[in-house]
Amino acid sequence: MTAAHLAVTHEQADTVIALAGPLTAPALAPVWSQTKDAARRAKGTLILDLVAAGPVDTSGATLLLSLEREHGERLTMRGLGEQAGALLARLRTAVPEGAPPKVAPRTVLRSDFRKTLLTRIGFFGESVIAAFALPANLRLLRGGDFFRLTERAGSQAVPLILMMGFLIGMILAFQSAIPMRQFGADIYVAALVSLSLFRELGPLLAAIILAGRTGSAFAAELGTMVVNEEVAAMTTMGIDIGTMLVIPRVVAAMLVMPILAAGVDIAGIVGMGFVLVILGYPPAAIIHQIQMATGPGGLLLGLFKAIVFGAAIGLIGCRAGLTAGGGPRAVGEAATSAVVGGIVATILLDGLFAVIFYRLGL
Amino acid sequence: MTGPGTEPPETESPAIVVEDAGQSFGARTIFENVAFTIARGEVFVILGGSGCGKSTLLKQMIGLLRPTKGRISVRGHDVVAETVAVRLDIGVMFQSGALFGSMTLLENVMLPLALFTDLPRRARAEIARIKLDLVGLAEAINLLPSEISGGMAKRAAIARALALDPPILFLDEPSAGLDPITGAGLDRLILDLRAALGCTFVVVTHELQSIFAIADRCVMLDRAAKGMIALGVPRDLQQTSTHPTVRAFFNREAQA
Repeated sequence: MTAAHLAVTHEQADTVIALAGPLTAPALAPVWSQTKDAARRAKGTLILDLVAAGPVDTSGATLLLSLEREHGERLTMRGLGEQAGALLARLRTAVPEGAPPKVAPRTVLRSDFRKTLLTRIGFFGESVIAAFALPANLRLLRGGDFFRLTERAGSQAVPLILMMGFLIGMILAFQSAIPMRQFGADIYVAALVSLSLFRELGPLLAAIILAGRTGSAFAAELGTMVVNEEVAAMTTMGIDIGTMLVIPRVVAAMLVMPILAAGVDIAGIVGMGFVLVILGYPPAAIIHQIQMATGPGGLLLGLFKAIVFGAAIGLIGCRAGLTAGGGPRAVGEAATSAVVGGIVATILLDGLFAVIFYRLGL
Repeated sequence: MTGPGTEPPETESPAIVVEDAGQSFGARTIFENVAFTIARGEVFVILGGSGCGKSTLLKQMIGLLRPTKGRISVRGHDVVAETVAVRLDIGVMFQSGALFGSMTLLENVMLPLALFTDLPRRARAEIARIKLDLVGLAEAINLLPSEISGGMAKRAAIARALALDPPILFLDEPSAGLDPITGAGLDRLILDLRAALGCTFVVVTHELQSIFAIADRCVMLDRAAKGMIALGVPRDLQQTSTHPTVRAFFNREAQA
C-alpha cells in the first residue's frame, strides 16, 4: 500500500504544502499530524497543493476541511479533483460551523444508596401485594412455566448438591477428627458434623448454590426480557409482573430449597460416615451419636431456614433482573447483583435466625 | 498493511457477482437460482415480501452465511474462500444498528479507524465526528447507544459502516423506522456518497419512494417462487412487468 506524503516549500511569503499519494483513511496516518503542524506554523497565505494527490475519501476530505476551518481566508487549494471537490462541498454543508463540541468526560453513574434501597423495599412490597392478590390473578399463572423453573432450579442442581454435601461432610469429619483425637473426643465428631450440617451448613450451602445457579439465571432471564421490552409489553397488556414473573420463580425457589438442603444434609452425613468408618468406628456408634446430638427438630429448623433463604434469593434475583437498565451490559450486572445480593441476604438472615432461635431456646 | 479502499484500480471486476446462489435450511428451501451482477458504483436494491430471503441473501453476500448452492464474489474475491479480503472492502449497517453498547457514538465510529489505520487519536476523533455530522448526529456524539432513539441508532450505524469509506456498503433497511424527512435525507446521503466516493450500495428496503429515488436497479425475491421474480430498473419493472406480485408491489406504492 502506498502512503500519502507531503512536502513543504515556500513561494515568496506564502507556504505551500504539497500532498501526494492517496488521501484515504489507511494512507493518511503518516501525514496527518505533520500537515497540521506545518499549517499551524505557516506564515502568509497557505497553499494546499493537491496536484499529485490520489483519490480522496471522507477521511482525506476531513483533513482538508479542518485545515480550511483553521485558516479561513488564508487558505487556497490548487489541483483539487472534481470528485474530491464534490465530497468537500458535501461535507461543508453537513458540518455545523464553529468549533466542534468538546468531548465531555463521561460522568460515572454512581448508584444512589437511598434510591437503591427504596427500589428494593418497593419491590419487596409489590411482591407481597402480588402474593396476596394471587387468588384473583390465578389465570396469569402458567403451570408449564412453573414446572420448568422448578426443574431447572431443583432437579438439575441435585447432582451438584450431593457432591458438595458429600465432600463437605468428609472434609469436616476429617478436619475435626484430628484435633479432637488429642482429647480422646473423636467419637463426638459425628455429633459435631451432623449438628452443624442440619442447622447451619445444609441450608447455607444449598442457598449459595441456589444463588449462583438459579438467582443469577432469574436475573439474566428477566433482565433480557426487560432489554427486549417484553416486560414493557406485559405491563401495557395489563399483566401484573409480580404475578406473572416473580411469584412462580420465588415459589419455585422456596419449593426446591428444603429438598436441596436435605440433599446436602444426607450426602454430608454419608461423607462423614465414610471418613469415620475408615478411622475405625462402627456404623452403629456413629448413628447413635447422631441421634444423641440432634433429631428431627434440628433437621426441620434447617429446612425452615432453607425455605426463607429460597424466598430471599428468588426475590433478589427477580428484583435484579427487573430493575436492569438498557444494553447488554445491564444483564451481566443484574446477574452479578443477584448472586451477591442473594448470598449477603442469606448470611444476614442466618445471623438473624441464630439470635431468634437462641431467644426461643430452639 | 492492507485496508479498505486501497485495492489497485486495475482489478476492475464487478462489485458483486452472484452466481446461482441458493440457500436451504434442512429440507426447507429459502431460495435458489438467484443470479445477478452489481456493477461498481451502482445502487442496487433488494426487494421482496417478508420471509422471502432478503436478509439471507444479504448475509450470504457479507460472508455471515455460507450459500448452500452457487457462489458469490465481491470485487473478485470469493465470499466463502476469501472472507478476510472481502471484509476489508465492505461496510455493513445492520437492521437494528448493532452499535456497541459500552461505547459512545463517537467511539463506535472511531473503532474501525483504530483497527485498520495508524491515525493518531485526535485525527480519528475528527474523522469520526465528520461521519456523524454527515448523518446529522453532530449533537449526539457523546451519547451511549442506550440513550438515543432507534432512528438515531440507525444513522449512527451508517456512520460506523462509513468509517473507512469502504467501496461497497450494505444497508439493511436503512429507512425503516425513520421519519420521511430523515429517510429522504439518507437517500440523498447515499447518492452524494456515491457521487463523491464512487461507492457501491446494496440496500434492502421496502420504501418505494426510496427505491425510485436511489436504485439504479433492483432484484425482487419471492417466497412462493423460492427465488427471484424480477431484475431491472424500477421504473421499467413498474411499467412493463407482467408478474402479478411485481405489479402489485410497484402499483400499490405508486398510488400512495
